[in-house]
Amino acid sequence: MILASTLTTNLAILVLAGFIGFVVISKVPNTLHTPLMSGTNAIHGIVLLGGLLIVGLSGNGTFNKVILVIAIAFGTINIVGGFLVTDRMLEMFKSKPKPPSDDPDGGVSHGGDGEGKDSTR
Amino acid sequence: MILASSFLQDRSFLDVLYIVAFALFIQGLRGLSGPTTAVRGNRIAAVGMAIAVIATLLNREEGNWGLIVLGVALGTAVGVPAARQVKMTAMPQMVALFNGVGGGAVFLIAWSEFRLTNGFSHTATYIAVFSLFAAIVGSVSFWGSNIAFGKLQEIIPGRPISFGSAQQIVNLVLLILALAAGVDIAAGDHSEGIFIGLLVCSALLGNAVVLPIGGADMPVVISLLNAFTGLSAAATGIALNNTALIVAGMIVGASGTILTRLMASAMNRSIPAIVAGGFGGGGAVEGASGAGEHAGTVRSTSAADAAIQLAYASRVVIVPGYGMAVAQAQHAVRELTKELEKRQVEVSYAIHPVAGRMPGHMNVLLAEADVPYDQLKEMDDANPEFQRTDVSLVIGANDVTNPAAKNTPSSPIYGMPILEVADSRSVIVIKRSMNPGFAGIENELYYDPKTAMLFGDAKSAVTEITAELGQI
Repeated sequence: MILASTLTTNLAILVLAGFIGFVVISKVPNTLHTPLMSGTNAIHGIVLLGGLLIVGLSGNGTFNKVILVIAIAFGTINIVGGFLVTDRMLEMFKSKPKPPSDDPDGGVSHGGDGEGKDSTR
Repeated sequence: MILASSFLQDRSFLDVLYIVAFALFIQGLRGLSGPTTAVRGNRIAAVGMAIAVIATLLNREEGNWGLIVLGVALGTAVGVPAARQVKMTAMPQMVALFNGVGGGAVFLIAWSEFRLTNGFSHTATYIAVFSLFAAIVGSVSFWGSNIAFGKLQEIIPGRPISFGSAQQIVNLVLLILALAAGVDIAAGDHSEGIFIGLLVCSALLGNAVVLPIGGADMPVVISLLNAFTGLSAAATGIALNNTALIVAGMIVGASGTILTRLMASAMNRSIPAIVAGGFGGGGAVEGASGAGEHAGTVRSTSAADAAIQLAYASRVVIVPGYGMAVAQAQHAVRELTKELEKRQVEVSYAIHPVAGRMPGHMNVLLAEADVPYDQLKEMDDANPEFQRTDVSLVIGANDVTNPAAKNTPSSPIYGMPILEVADSRSVIVIKRSMNPGFAGIENELYYDPKTAMLFGDAKSAVTEITAELGQI
């Protein structure tokens, strides 16, 4: 039976993920680059999984337990903090319903404004 | 019951859940292509993360649940309040800190793996290699990000701190030592002392690389460290044979790499030159000699005159920079815009990719102040519009508006793409003093006859203009 080794399979996944990453991230406009960074902060919090897997293995001494608890705490900070702060930021970018006083001026002076507002709702 | 538990703990089932999780990450990031889909995208990615975490918890071996609860509780206790309370002006620090924390988790996991396997004694060599790579890069990222945080938070001086000409040799020696320790361990040395040496060299390297980098180069550094953390997470994934980690880490690595390249090209500088920390020193010297040569006069204006100029314009472009962030002037700027819009003045914002201290910094501040998304123009869209602009209002931006980047081949910033503010009919610059900016380069724009300087703190100057406008 021919089986691809775990290493080659994982390397293939790694390379493909890299290309997909490039394509997807290239489409993010400059304006959203800060939320992109905090969002990717949250996603690399996935290292939490490493901590969760290793902490259960037998043979962990006290020192190992301490560093793994710190690692788990770090990963959790990334995930929880990262997604929350990104959500906060992105809510600001969603244009809010505008008070009517602002609207007529902006709408008359340039067409681009109206387009942005329509896409809000 | 037995059936259910065996089904949940099946390795294939776990892998399927991981695939679902990373598909959701990718789908979520696709949402970030526009402001209307972005909130949902972020939440989709969060759901993916929840699935990955729960799947892992279902599948792990028995024991030490208390430690997991403790770690998660600690992380939540720190992460939630930080994310809720951080001010938008402090976002670069926050991102640097979160990034460092990720790198920290990576190198700690590699360390505990090393200890657990008695120095990788019975593991495949490739697992050792990827773990060691994760340990080095994670440690560099952790310490480098902490220094970046310290600089942004102004705990550490923002100016470059370096060993001068020895800097690059020091960096190189540290890198070689870390790599040598790694090779030694991969070749079969099980001594923990060597592993700790590897961590220490990487830690020193992280410090030595970021300390010499000046504040204005921060967008590049933060992006680069972001890429490092992602790549180290991907390496951890290969070492642990965990597809969710591989895909997520690699995507973050790709994102950081793209941002690094964008930022470096927006400064017309190569990434190695920034990492080598050449800018602060070299630029300042050349700028100083240039400053002496300049014999032009500078025209200073008052808030009242600036208000009149703006009130009678039909089109105004606001060019924000780090000065706006420092003065926390974004809300004052929004008030000024509202006042101008009442007078039928068309207002937009022109944003240079490296304005501020991290990619997209200005956009977040202005979004916080409720500036509509479609008024924020990227450089390429903004530049052709300056010619039909009556007044460009530059608030705390300097080098990104300097025409020397286009006209003076001897200038250190020559070739850097700029916002072509000088094309507009008139320019008002709000600036604290005539001190040159970070790069120490004299800005020709200030000596242009159509430029008027309004000296003062960005927030109070803008507030004064708004008050004067109300009286016209």
